[in-house]
Amino acid sequence: MADNILVVAEARGGDVRKVALEVITAARVLADGMGGDVHAMVFGAAGIGSVAPKLAAVGADVVLVVEHAGFETYNAEAVAATVAAQITSGGYRAALFGASAMGQDLAPRIGAKLRVGVAADAVSVIAEAGNVVVRHPMNTNKVIATMVLSSTPALVSVRPGAVSVGSTAKAGTVQSVAPAMDPSAGRVKVTGVSLGSSAKLDLAEAPVIVSGGRGLKAAEHFSLVEDLAAAFGNAAVGATRAVTDDGWRPHSDQIGQTGRQVSPNLYVAVGISGAIQHIAGMRNSKTIVAINKDKDAPIFKVADYGIVGDVFEIMPVLTAAVKAAKAQQ
Amino acid sequence: MKIAVCIKRVADMGARFQIGADGASVSDAGIKYDMSDFDEWAVEAALQLNEKHGGGEVTVISLGPDSAQETLRKALAMGADKAVHLKADRIPFDGFAIAEALAAELKDGGFDLVLFGRIAVDSAAGVTGAMVAELLDMPCVTAVSKLEVSGTTGTAERQVEGGVETLSFPLPALCTIDQGLVTQARYPSLKGIMAAKKKPMESKPAQLGAISVNVSKMELPPERSAGRIVGEGAAAVPELIRLLQTEAKVL
Ligand SMILES: Cc1cc2nc3c(=O)[nH]c(=O)nc-3n(C[C@H](O)[C@H](O)[C@H](O)COP(=O)(O)OP(=O)(O)OC[C@H]3O[C@@H](n4cnc5c(N)ncnc54)[C@H](O)[C@@H]3O)c2cc1C
Ligand SMILES: Nc1ncnc2c1ncn2[C@@H]1O[C@H](COP(=O)(O)O)[C@@H](O)[C@H]1O
Repeated sequence: MADNILVVAEARGGDVRKVALEVITAARVLADGMGGDVHAMVFGAAGIGSVAPKLAAVGADVVLVVEHAGFETYNAEAVAATVAAQITSGGYRAALFGASAMGQDLAPRIGAKLRVGVAADAVSVIAEAGNVVVRHPMNTNKVIATMVLSSTPALVSVRPGAVSVGSTAKAGTVQSVAPAMDPSAGRVKVTGVSLGSSAKLDLAEAPVIVSGGRGLKAAEHFSLVEDLAAAFGNAAVGATRAVTDDGWRPHSDQIGQTGRQVSPNLYVAVGISGAIQHIAGMRNSKTIVAINKDKDAPIFKVADYGIVGDVFEIMPVLTAAVKAAKAQQ
Repeated sequence: MKIAVCIKRVADMGARFQIGADGASVSDAGIKYDMSDFDEWAVEAALQLNEKHGGGEVTVISLGPDSAQETLRKALAMGADKAVHLKADRIPFDGFAIAEALAAELKDGGFDLVLFGRIAVDSAAGVTGAMVAELLDMPCVTAVSKLEVSGTTGTAERQVEGGVETLSFPLPALCTIDQGLVTQARYPSLKGIMAAKKKPMESKPAQLGAISVNVSKMELPPERSAGRIVGEGAAAVPELIRLLQTEAKVL
């Protein structure tokens, strides 16, 4: 069989997530380098097959649709069994996942089932001399490793936001695949999912992040951060550990060594000192802006642009100015 | 409960890293080492579970060179009961090779609960725990930020993008611990450090699995060029907006 690549295309709430399109784009480039096809596998409740054209539009030659009421939400055991069976029967050269909460859970399960390693959280994937080669930031983004995968299949999870969605349209022939395991037979049961408003951008996907620290003084002042994010229109809200530990924001908003690692086009740090553990999570942002009343705060060492001053005075003015700039576009 | 916690010794991330002479490793000159953050929380979580339910035993396991024993000692000083050192010349980059060795050790241990860190702060891979669960055919929940056990049933919460999942599962089970589960890991007390010296530490060769992920090169990312202070107070906002539009082109 040719060097085909399997992608597990993440879907939620009946639609594909942006990371799925990014991973298919990465797989398309890889498959073109290796002379194979891209097969995108999507799990969901009845009707999920309707996303096939979206997957084809970014490069899927074949869309494998696994429909079952039990796949309304991510069902780790049944998804892992089905993906592993597909890889085994399809003889794939590589399988790609998004390094999202789902992909980070799924990829290692597949690795162990197939008895091969996983290159996790890759920021690039290429074919080089017949091998799959990835780059992966480690040691809190302070070191970048190049890794060569010697296994077939080569298993890789791709960092959300690392690849721009492509536009190489393919036929996207649709095939239906049966689950290799009854989703209701799993030992681990999902008993509840509470998703915030689906309109809210995820930190990994947002081109702009406005992040707040203890300089905001109290949870209710986070509205200053939210207002600026809303003015940008394409921004997510982040936080420091000082803030999440105090319960001002959920832990899932924390950026840093022990939180999320992000690399948006623009990162605005509001009342954040710039502790090494915080910088670990955002140093790869393209442009960094910092607002802090202490001119010696370490955040200014990584910021492209800094304003020294009081966040309570500056934020309303900045928010109004961003709104005005956006209105002119 | 009989709980096992797998802990990794990692470089202190505050360091300024240098690339080793082979171009494919991080130099350990001047580097301090400690337990990976998430693993510390996993040890703390294990100790708290047994304190809450009374009795039980916590076994800590670490794979690596002899220096791994220092990290195991720290966990014993925190309050773990026993340590197992799986000896290897160095820690491989391929989580599967590590997972096979850990699984071989855990297999017949009779543990009710096996805890891992969600991710090791050096490798930043987050694969080893789920691989071990799969190898041992144990129910598994990754990235757990809340965990409760009642009888032989566990309930957990895990953070997903923009939300939280709640799950229930039968014991024995394996969980990987995210932040949020415990606020802070306890520091070893002097008494704990003394007691740790007398606690059992077994050392044996690691049965590493096959390696299929190899590092061919390590490099340092480009330094950020020095930024500048645009100005002071709200008066600096117009200039910032101008720079974001014309120079950074992000607005
Ligand atoms: C093992 C470990 C892991 C960690 N992981 C993380 C992590 O993942 N992410 C993380 O963020 N932290 C992490 N930390 C914590 C980190 O060390 C810092 O404590 C934390 O980042 C500080 O948060 P902060 O900047 O909000 O607060 P502070 O350090 O208290 O800074 C507040 C800043 O606000 C400024 N300020 C105050 N008032 C105003 C005002 N009115 N206007 C303007 N500026 C003002 C101050 O000058 C100060 O610089 C970790 C720590 C440890 C030990
Ligand atoms: N050498 C090791 N010894 C013991 N546990 C380890 C080792 N390497 C990884 N682990 C465990 O696996 C988790 C995830 O590691 P990783 O997959 O490398 O991100 C860590 O938090 C530890 O719990």
